Amino acid sequence: MTHLNEEQLILYYYAEGGDRPAVEEHLASCAACRSQYQGLQGTLDAVEGAPAPERSPDYGSAVWGRLRPRLGVERRQRWRRWAAIGAVAAMVTLAFLAGRFWQPPPQERASLSTLARQRLLLADVGDHLERAQMVLTEVANTPAAGRVDISAEQQWVQDLLSSNRLYRQTAAGSGQLAVAVVLDELERVLLEIAHSPSRLSPRELEDIHRRVDGILFQVRSLSSQVRRDQL
Amino acid sequence: MNGMEPTDEAAVARARAGDEEGFRVLVERHSRTVFRLAWRMTGNEHDAEEVVQETFLNAYRRLDRYEARSSFGTWIYRIAVNCSLDLIRARRRRTGAESSDTLLAFPSRDPGPDRLAFSGEVGDRVEQALGELSPMERTAFMLRHLEGMSLHEIALALDRNLDATKNCVFRAVQKLRRALEPVRSTV
Repeated sequence: MTHLNEEQLILYYYAEGGDRPAVEEHLASCAACRSQYQGLQGTLDAVEGAPAPERSPDYGSAVWGRLRPRLGVERRQRWRRWAAIGAVAAMVTLAFLAGRFWQPPPQERASLSTLARQRLLLADVGDHLERAQMVLTEVANTPAAGRVDISAEQQWVQDLLSSNRLYRQTAAGSGQLAVAVVLDELERVLLEIAHSPSRLSPRELEDIHRRVDGILFQVRSLSSQVRRDQL
Repeated sequence: MNGMEPTDEAAVARARAGDEEGFRVLVERHSRTVFRLAWRMTGNEHDAEEVVQETFLNAYRRLDRYEARSSFGTWIYRIAVNCSLDLIRARRRRTGAESSDTLLAFPSRDPGPDRLAFSGEVGDRVEQALGELSPMERTAFMLRHLEGMSLHEIALALDRNLDATKNCVFRAVQKLRRALEPVRSTV
């Protein structure tokens, strides 16, 4: 077995990874790796945190007591939203019944199925935007100190890119132009992150930060709007 | 757990059907773990309590979107992570970027007498090194190192894949080593 790398040693320290017996055997026979591991162990053992403050046994009840009135407000708001949806549904039903007696032009007949498609799209786009917000925030919060490795964020961005492309095309195809425009801009920023070097200088990271800050605001606004529209 | 208490899935079903008692069971069962996570991430009790409230309120709003593919505990953890990050961002906007190194505080354990001499410097170095981690790196590291969660559980809670989660922990450990080794080598 060649020498162990730092990642294998970290996984071994945390009792993770499948090759534990092999690592153990190697450590027993290799003084250099054993010394490396002892260094790592010493560092991690020194990193201690205080135990989290204890909560009383009835903490859950206290949380519930504070939360319950807010749920009441939430339910009333939800009722109002349902009432609004009900009113829309009633109008749709009336429109349907009216259609029995009056045949609308083909363009209007298509609008109902378009609406259904749009609502389905909004539900998915909402989840997608939340994931995009997480990765963008992560990039935006990476401190520009020395060279920074963003390879993990790039992997995540790659996952988002293909779904973003699909949502953008669907949004454009179903006439949701405002959504498509933001997704288009988001895609450019995601591509820029994906195609950047995985280790960035402070200046390169600052460039990325500027791009991310710009799109993050738009993504948050659209995400809130999409969530409202879903209700 | 009381034998009469429903499982999480049964409680979710009741809550979805409009039965408040179902949601009460979930809140009472998961409040402490949500608090502990929020405290690790925000570094103070006041903010952690706020995160607990927001987490359960968000969960209540999104209950229809919960899918039993992951456990309710993992799902609520994920919401709590997002709420904590939101609060940290809001705090950063209020206090300004210059205090970012105090975000996600990492409260140190009181040192024993034998460690007192160098623990102060170690604690300072640890604080400094943690200040240089991204919130996700710190969160992943703290969940692994202090809460003893497996990398797989952390990946689910952070909604990231396993490799990305491992990388977060690796980077955190590497930065801590760089920060602490000069101090350790003098002891």
